[in-house]
Amino acid sequence: MAAVWDIRDLEYWDARIREKVQEFGLTCYPQEFELCDHTQMLSLMAYSGMPSHYPHWSYGKSFERQKTLYDHGVSGLPYEMVINSDPCLAYLMRQNSLALQILTIAHVYGHNDFFANNFTFSHLHAGLVVETFKNHANRVRGYIADPSIGQEAVELVLDAAHALSLQCRRNPAIRQRSPAEQRRAALEAAGPSPDPFQSIHKRPGYEVPELSRIPLEPEEDLLAFLRDYSPKLADWQRDLLAIVHEQTQYFMPQIETKIMNEGWACYWHRTIMNSLDLPADLQMEFIIRHNQVVRPIPGDINPYHLGLKVWDDIVRRYDDPTPQEIEEFGKPDRSGRDAIFQIRDVDRDVSFLRRFLTQKLMREMDMIEVEPEGDDLVVSRISDENDWQHVKRTLLSFIGMGSTPVIRVIDADHSGNRTLLLRHEYDGRELLLDYAEKTLRFVHQLWGRRIDLQTMLDGREVCLSWDGQDFIQN
Amino acid sequence: MTTVFRNYSSSEALQSDRSSGDRLRHRQKVREAIRDNIADIVAEQSIIGRSRDTIIKVPLRGIKEYRFVYGDNSGRAGQGNGDSQPGQVVGRNQQEGEGIGKAGDRPGVDYYETDVTLEELVDMMFEDLELPDLERKALRETISHSATKRKGYRKVGIHVQLDKRRTVLSRIRRKVATGAESDETAERPEAGPPEGRARFPFIQGDLRFRRRTEDVDYESNAVVLCLMDTSGSMDTMKKYLARSFFFLLYQFVRTRYQHVELVFVAHDAEAREVSEEDFFHKGESGGTLISSAYAKALEIIDQRYHPSLWNVYAFHCSDGDNMSSDNPQALKLAAELCKTCNLFGYGEIKPHGGYHESDAMISVFRDLEAENFQAVRIGDKSDIWAGFKSFLTKDKATASPTD
Repeated sequence: MAAVWDIRDLEYWDARIREKVQEFGLTCYPQEFELCDHTQMLSLMAYSGMPSHYPHWSYGKSFERQKTLYDHGVSGLPYEMVINSDPCLAYLMRQNSLALQILTIAHVYGHNDFFANNFTFSHLHAGLVVETFKNHANRVRGYIADPSIGQEAVELVLDAAHALSLQCRRNPAIRQRSPAEQRRAALEAAGPSPDPFQSIHKRPGYEVPELSRIPLEPEEDLLAFLRDYSPKLADWQRDLLAIVHEQTQYFMPQIETKIMNEGWACYWHRTIMNSLDLPADLQMEFIIRHNQVVRPIPGDINPYHLGLKVWDDIVRRYDDPTPQEIEEFGKPDRSGRDAIFQIRDVDRDVSFLRRFLTQKLMREMDMIEVEPEGDDLVVSRISDENDWQHVKRTLLSFIGMGSTPVIRVIDADHSGNRTLLLRHEYDGRELLLDYAEKTLRFVHQLWGRRIDLQTMLDGREVCLSWDGQDFIQN
Repeated sequence: MTTVFRNYSSSEALQSDRSSGDRLRHRQKVREAIRDNIADIVAEQSIIGRSRDTIIKVPLRGIKEYRFVYGDNSGRAGQGNGDSQPGQVVGRNQQEGEGIGKAGDRPGVDYYETDVTLEELVDMMFEDLELPDLERKALRETISHSATKRKGYRKVGIHVQLDKRRTVLSRIRRKVATGAESDETAERPEAGPPEGRARFPFIQGDLRFRRRTEDVDYESNAVVLCLMDTSGSMDTMKKYLARSFFFLLYQFVRTRYQHVELVFVAHDAEAREVSEEDFFHKGESGGTLISSAYAKALEIIDQRYHPSLWNVYAFHCSDGDNMSSDNPQALKLAAELCKTCNLFGYGEIKPHGGYHESDAMISVFRDLEAENFQAVRIGDKSDIWAGFKSFLTKDKATASPTD
């Protein structure tokens, strides 16, 4: 479709959309749009939309992959790309038609509002995001240019850091206790529990807590731990770990709110577009595009589809509850719109789905659980009366950071020879052994001594170890 | 709330290929990964005997991005097609390398194959070898044609090579430079002929001669002599290993010479020159007289591939069960082959295990003292690349059996 529009059209429609945005009560950061072509879009995708990003071969790989998929028509390109910053930056593809641009602009305002208001994003300094990434890029380039360091050495550390980047604290809103607080807590926990009859009871024995262990409490932030405690790292290596760590912290909220965020943006672009009184041809194309985006994908989860479904259902339950729902939950105390604004502030994907994905919705969307059976994938459960909660649990276990195993540092001086003891918090899902082995090598590379990882395989507790030469499993 | 629109600028777009550096680095890593896996790729039957434009899919293992990920022991949730029932098969269990993977949490996403042509692959293989010594010693180019050709000009030479035009030009240049044209007599007291116009003669320095250099055409013909034991004890597997080795040798020699010929000599108790088809597929039976093959090879070289015109590479594959009475004769002829060939190699194909030092030809060849002889032992597929490398490096110190 030829792009028969110019920037004035976009400005006109943007002004109209902004009126609606204000009317509906969305509170956004200032917005900036930039038009780009498909090559630029591919580049932006590789670098998560950041105008400036440190170099690493994995981004080249990601670019090549996207380009191959795009060139062979396997996957299209996103209509837009939004980054969470203040002002909010968004890229529009210049090849797209006017209807698509209008839809995209409306969609972007949905994301913008979500970034600005959802609590998951509140600890990020949105105004500094672009600057921070640029700063990181400059630092990494500086290390590469440093003749005493060079590209190979930087790459080695970045490879290892990328492998561990997702092993970090999942919910930054939960404050981490300082070592002093952890110490105090350990001492308190070791003391006798309050006993109203202590005068007549025998004094319980007091077990001295072990306060010299590092870390005092199991630590899931692997990268930060290695950065702070690994004795063999040079300052520039620590800095690289810090950079990767900081960038992961930036992306974490987006990983954790993907479904809500996309659903929210779809909900608002639909609401805004329908209120704009579009000319018939634009309206027609909008409907087609919208339905392409929010269609279900069998065998997978389309966050646009799932998110929009749930938001719609929340609105319906508040505005137009069934008699049965009134009986069960009482009469709604506010309008659907009030409710979703509040939910948009306080939830993340896991809590959002846990609270609002009902059996009725799951049934309607035909949510299933699939298990491998030999070479085939077989439906093991469907969302019927008996199993829907099970299916939902499975769904939630893979949402956001749920698809990354929780691995905690237990002891930095295990068996007295500075072996690093890690524990995989087993929840019924086993680690992929081959990947675990290779990742342990990265941990070893940063720690410099033997690494032990406790996990479960085939219902048996095992310890995977990498001591620099051999991979031991027992 | 304000909004800013930044319009598309094509000049910026042209400059904005920001991923180029990272792509380059990624490609380098792909190349490295291929090179690291060459031993495996070579052992794959599929590349043997293909033409050089054949595109091969090379599985890449070196450039995955490893993380801690879940295996597939547990179920996953997804949307069905509307009326799913328990027990219904909805797809294939995604193994590595298939499809695009799901939602980015499957490790399968990271695995992919890359296409390279056999040509590229062969280049990469031999790039890896890095054999400067070999280039000097084992590769020989013979002068086939010698003539002279023009190459620039110089100030001295014989008169037939005088370039009149350039000589005149250089004189004019000199004349202008000295200013003789405008001020004829001032600086040139010796000039001044009676006509009134100053004579400005040619001097030795004005003369320009065409320079001729020798032009040498190097004959770069090579012949690869494939000698193979086709006696009853050489089974299909052994022949396949031999074939892999000959393939490598042929490809290697091809990268170094313009014109390469292949000669196949099959032998049991007596040797025949055969076609490639027969060489690899026809079974023979009977005893083994290795010397017969060597004699035949020497005969062929003598008749068709004289070493003064051809670079000769010979390689012999056998399982080493030679008639012991033939050993002295074989050793003598092998020494002779070493004299005529650039490289002569012997590969003993013996599956690991049932190996007896005593009746192996390889122990007989220990006595063969020649710079360009190399014996390797091939036990299974994995030995081929290692064996081939040691064959080319001829490093006697490390040429102990490769298993």
